[in-house]
Amino acid sequence: MSQVHVHTKINGDTTEFLCEADEPLLDVLRDRLGLTGAKEGCGTGDCGACSVMVDDRLVCSCLVLGAEAEGRTIETIEGMADGEKLHPLQQKFLDHAALQCGICTPGFLVAAKALLDHNPDPTETEVRYWLAGNLCRCTGYDKIVRAVMDTAAEMRGA
Amino acid sequence: MRFEAPTTVEDAVSLLAAESGMARVLAGGTDLLVQMKSGISEPDLVVDIKRIAALHEISEEDGGFRIGAAVPGIALGEHAGVKAAWPGVVEGTELIGSTQVQGRATMVGNLCNCSPAADSVPAMAAAGAIARVVGPNGSRDVPVEDIAQGPGKSTLAKGELVDSVLLPARPDHASDAYLRFIPRTEMDIAVVGCGVNLVLDANGTCTDARVALGAVAARIFLVPAAADALIGTSVDDAALDAVAAACSAAATPIDDKRGTVEFRKKVSGVLARRAATIARDRAKGTA
Repeated sequence: MSQVHVHTKINGDTTEFLCEADEPLLDVLRDRLGLTGAKEGCGTGDCGACSVMVDDRLVCSCLVLGAEAEGRTIETIEGMADGEKLHPLQQKFLDHAALQCGICTPGFLVAAKALLDHNPDPTETEVRYWLAGNLCRCTGYDKIVRAVMDTAAEMRGA
Repeated sequence: MRFEAPTTVEDAVSLLAAESGMARVLAGGTDLLVQMKSGISEPDLVVDIKRIAALHEISEEDGGFRIGAAVPGIALGEHAGVKAAWPGVVEGTELIGSTQVQGRATMVGNLCNCSPAADSVPAMAAAGAIARVVGPNGSRDVPVEDIAQGPGKSTLAKGELVDSVLLPARPDHASDAYLRFIPRTEMDIAVVGCGVNLVLDANGTCTDARVALGAVAARIFLVPAAADALIGTSVDDAALDAVAAACSAAATPIDDKRGTVEFRKKVSGVLARRAATIARDRAKGTA
């Protein structure tokens, strides 16, 4: 099987990689590029643990082929903090203890950032629907939702 | 497996037609990649149609809207014109999966996956949507309800793809609605789905209607008896009772873990009644 040569931009950095034609972007990120923040929970688009942004759309990277990334702009959890300074969502997840095992956390953060970029003042219902594709088996969601609502309020005030 | 990403529909058709093994079209990939991962589908060629610029467009055509095959659900929901004219089609499409899935999944992909439970298809069938099928011998227009042959099996010939769907022009006082039953509030597959599209005259009398059911037969289908029960009425309780009875009678579901035959037949009628009520109120501007 011949590999596909892909040129892309990930978290602002021009990147190129070789991948198999049927290789998911998630596997490229994790196994070829060392970006292990996106997690594989289900591999079938149900759990959201592999959430990334592709050309400003929130997607599951397990449901994107690496070959599709040619010329696209990709943002992952690794690009969320500004150097050592955490994104407000990351800080609020810590403040609210909105995580236990942490497997779902990168996906929740990427998805929540996509929501706040698109809607800075969401209702709790909007937060819950937007994040319905991110599964957490530890916290029961309330702390996550509170952390997102609190971040939104703080960012609106800032 | 080979991966190709042509930039024209003609090139996509040529690639699909020339492949001797199994060829699959990749739009949003939310069905295809799951099928590849599970081994249900092992294509020799995947043709990504998202590099074809025209297929990303929602364009006005003859007073209606042509939706390209690469338009994801989230983009359809962001289009004010389509949302105003065809709220039922948009709400059906927006029910497909999570926010992440909406960023990828397309209405045309939902159609071509040929699931009897596809959420966008009953609303499209009720709308009278027409798929444009392009193949080695040119293009043909096909009513969306004729695209599926059965679960997972389409009527498309080798080398053919659906490049877009046309939602027709809207007269005044017209609207539509889609409802589905699932045992939870989000992220599930329809146990029953129902799309209703109707046109009222200035006095509120129904002059045209189409009703479609999903998940209660091997294919999504129209229920002409339900449409006939609406036409000529003010969509009052008697008409709604008749719509419900027609839909319950038309449903030929299977028993499975998600619903029994008896339950699905009853719910077909309940959803048809409710969807017709919503479509009526939207058409009157009172929804």
